[in-house]
Amino acid sequence: MKFGQPSTLPRWASLTILPVLNLAAALLVTALVTWMIGEDPWECLKLLVSGAFGYGEGIGYTLFYTTSFIFTGLAVATAFHAGLFNIGGEGQAYIAGLGVTLTVLAFDHTLPAPVLMPLAILAAMAFGAAWAFVPGWLQARRGSHIVVTTIMFNFISYSVMLYLLSHHLIEPGSQNPTTREFGQAAWMPAMHDMAAVLGFDLPSTPLNASFILAIVASVVFYLVVWHSRWGFELRTVGVNEKAATYAGMSVSTVIIVAMCFSGALAGLSAVNELMGSTHRMNVSFTNGVGFVGIAVALMGRNHPVGIVLSALLFGALTQGGLELSFEKPVITREMILLIQGLIILFCGALENLFEPFIAPLFKRKD
Amino acid sequence: MTDYAIELVGISKRFGAVQANRNVSMKIAKGSIHGIIGENGAGKSTLMSILYGYYQADAGSIHVGGRETRIRNSHEAIALGIGMVHQHFMLVDTFTVLENIVLGAEGGLLLKDGLARARDHLKALNREYALEVDPDAVVGELGVGLQQRVEILKALYRGADVLILDEPTAVLTPQEADHLFRILRALKEQGKTVILITHKLREVMDITDAVTVMRGGEVVGNVATTDVDKETLADLMVGRKVSLRVDKAHREPGAPVVTVRGLGLTDARGVKLLDNLNFEVRAGEIVGIAGVAGNGQSELLEVLAGMQTPSCGEIVYKGETLTGTRSRRPRPALWREKGIGHVPEDRSREGLVKAFSAFENAILGYHREKTVRKGPLYARRTLIERTRDFIEQFDIRPANPLLRVGLMSGGNQQKVVLAREIHADPDLLLVGQPTRGVDIGAIEFIHKRLVELRDQGKAILLVSVELEEIMALSDRILVMAGGQITGEVAGKDATAKELGLLMGGHKH
Repeated sequence: MKFGQPSTLPRWASLTILPVLNLAAALLVTALVTWMIGEDPWECLKLLVSGAFGYGEGIGYTLFYTTSFIFTGLAVATAFHAGLFNIGGEGQAYIAGLGVTLTVLAFDHTLPAPVLMPLAILAAMAFGAAWAFVPGWLQARRGSHIVVTTIMFNFISYSVMLYLLSHHLIEPGSQNPTTREFGQAAWMPAMHDMAAVLGFDLPSTPLNASFILAIVASVVFYLVVWHSRWGFELRTVGVNEKAATYAGMSVSTVIIVAMCFSGALAGLSAVNELMGSTHRMNVSFTNGVGFVGIAVALMGRNHPVGIVLSALLFGALTQGGLELSFEKPVITREMILLIQGLIILFCGALENLFEPFIAPLFKRKD
Repeated sequence: MTDYAIELVGISKRFGAVQANRNVSMKIAKGSIHGIIGENGAGKSTLMSILYGYYQADAGSIHVGGRETRIRNSHEAIALGIGMVHQHFMLVDTFTVLENIVLGAEGGLLLKDGLARARDHLKALNREYALEVDPDAVVGELGVGLQQRVEILKALYRGADVLILDEPTAVLTPQEADHLFRILRALKEQGKTVILITHKLREVMDITDAVTVMRGGEVVGNVATTDVDKETLADLMVGRKVSLRVDKAHREPGAPVVTVRGLGLTDARGVKLLDNLNFEVRAGEIVGIAGVAGNGQSELLEVLAGMQTPSCGEIVYKGETLTGTRSRRPRPALWREKGIGHVPEDRSREGLVKAFSAFENAILGYHREKTVRKGPLYARRTLIERTRDFIEQFDIRPANPLLRVGLMSGGNQQKVVLAREIHADPDLLLVGQPTRGVDIGAIEFIHKRLVELRDQGKAILLVSVELEEIMALSDRILVMAGGQITGEVAGKDATAKELGLLMGGHKH
C-alpha cells in the first residue's frame, strides 16, 4: 500500500478485521516463542484466558487493571488529537499520586468521605495536569519537543517521588519507603461492597468505583472531542495548525490545555491504584501504567470505544499473565512483556500489514 | 500511418464510491503536444497517475510505443521513457540542481563519478532545449519557473520520451509560461511527446496539436486542435454553454469599509514584504490586487485577516482602528466577528481541514458562535442542515454533508469555503485566488457570487494571479510588485499590457 493512497477497505472492516488479524498474528508469534522454550502454547493460552476471565476474582482483577489503562489510554489519546505524543503519562500519574497522598494524609481524619474523596480526585487531576502543563507550555511557547520533555519529566518525577517518600512521607518507624495507611474515608468504595448493598455477591477484589469513573470519563471524552467547541479546536490544531490559525484559534493555548487534560486523565489512574487498592503510597506504584496507555491509545485508535476494548485486552493480559506465571515458572513476567510488546508491534507499528491481503475481498464489483 | 507514443484503451478506475475513470481511451501521437483538459474532478490526474504507475487501472490496457505494457510503479514508467512533472515539485530545496537531478539515479557507489557524468549530460540537455538552468544553483533559491525547468531536466535526464506536465502554468507568470511553451516546442521538435494536463483553454489553443476533453471520468472529445475553438472546448468540458465573461453593471461605491495607511510588514531577516501600502476598499466595490505571485499579496491578505501582525501602519475598519488594539483572543477570531470574511489563497491548507467532514468545515472559524451549539455541545443536526443549504445554494458535489472534504474536488472545496464565508454575511470579504485549480463551470459560478455580493454593497478585496479574472471582476485594480503598490487602474480601462508593465515594477 502506498502512502496517501485512499484505503480500499470499508471503515467498519478497518476497525474490526484488521485489529483482530493483528492480534492473532501477535499471539501466533507468542505461541512460537512459548513452543521454543518448551511449553505447550495452547495450554498456556487457556491458562491465560481462564486466569483473566475464568472466575469471578480473575475478572475483578482484570477490570481493576483495565480501569487504570482506560485512564492512561484516554490521556494519550487526548494529547494525540492535538498532534502531541505524550510519553509522560507515567510521571503524570506518579505526581498525581502525590496530590492524592498529600490531600488524604492532611484530611483523612477531619473530612468525611463524601468531601474528601472528590477533593482527593481533584488533587490527583490537578497534580497530573500541572506535571503535564510544563512540557505543554515549553512545546507551545518555546518549541521544545514534547516527546523529549515528557520523557525527561518521567525521570524527574521518579527522583522527586523517591526523595519525598524516603525522607518526608515515609511512615515514621517504617523501613519501607511507603506512607502510612490512608484513613477509611479515603478508600474508594470497592465494587464487591457496592454490589453487596444491591444484594449481589461478588468476590473480594481491588475493583472499585474508579471503574465507573473510567467509563464516565470515556463518554465525556467522546462528547468533548467530537461534539464540543474545544474538541473541535483540539482536532483542528492536531491535523492542521495553519487552518487553526486561520480559524482564529490560539494554537498554543490549545496545546497547553490539551496537555493539562491529558495529565489530569493520567492522574486519575493514581486514584484507582492508591485510593482503590493499596490505600497507601509506595515507590513506583504506577508500574508502567503510563506506558501501557500509549499502546492502549494506539491500538484503540484514539477512540474511547477502542480504548476501553484495548484497555480490557491489556488488563486481561496483565491479570492472566500473572496467573500464568504462577502456574508455569518458565513463563516469567518478561514473557508477558514480550506478548505486550508483540501486540504493540503488530497493532501499532505494523497496523496496515494485512490490508493489502484482505483488500481484494472487499473490492466492489462494477 | 501515425506512430503512437501512448495508447490507452478502455481504462477504468474507481475509488470507493467514486468512479474516477470510466472506459477512457485515447491515442497520443509520437512527437506531438497533446492536451488533456477537463474540469477538476474530471479524472485527468487519476488517468495520468495510472499512466505513471501510481495507481493500477481496474480495467483496460496501456500501450507504450505500440506494445501493451503493465506499469506497476513509477520506476517501470521511467524505464518505459515516461516522465512526469508534478504540479507540486518533488525537489530537495537544500540540494543543488545537479544533486536534485541525479537523486535516485546516482549511478554507482561514489557520488563523484555520477555527478561528473550528469554534469556533461546536463550541459547537452540544457543546450538542446534552451532550458537555461545553472547546475550549481541551490534549488531553494530558484524561482518557481526555474524549479519547474529542473523538474523537466530531471525527467529528460532519466531518458523520458514522453513528458507529462500536470497543470504546469498554475504557478507561473505569463512570461514564465511563455518560456515554458518555448521549451515544450523545442522538446517536440526533438521528437519528444508532451502530455499537457490543464484547464486553461488558451494554453490548449496556443500550443497543443491534439486535445482530449474529459468530463466526469469519461472522454467526451478527441480532436485536433486546429479543428476546434475555445468556445467549443469550453462547452464540451462543462457539458453546457458557459459564458466566460462576467456581467457587471456599473455601481457607484459607497463609504470606505476598510482604509489602510502606511501598512508595512518586515520579516525576521529585515526584508520588507509589505512596504507603505495606502488604499481603501469601499462598500459595493471589488478592488483587485494584481501581481506576480510572491510580491506581497499573500502577506497583505494575512495581515488584513489578522493572521499576521503588521510591523507598522494602521488598518481602519468601519471607522475603528483595528491595529494596535490588544486582546487576549486571537485576532482572526475578533476580526471575523466584526464582519471581515476571508477566503484564503491556499484553501486546502488554510481554509479547510481536509480530514473533517463538510459540516465541520462549514463552521471552521465560526465554531464559537452560539447558533451552532446546543448547550455545551454542537447542534449536529443544525450544522448538517446548514451544510445542506450550502450544498444546495452552491451546487457542491457530492451532496453529502458527512463526506470528508479531502475527497471533494478542488472546485467543490472552494465552494465550501465560499459558502461558509458568505453565509457569515461579512461587510468586507478578503478573497485570495478564488478560482485557482477550479473548473470552468465553478469559476463562472464563483464570479457571479462575488459580483452579487458587491451589488449587495459589500466591500471585496480580490487577490488573484489570473489577470483575466482581475480584469473581469474588479472595479479598481491595484498592482503590487516587491511589496509596494506600483499603480492603480480603473477596472474597465485596464489592459493586460499596462498591468503587465506595472507588475514588472514600472511605476506610474
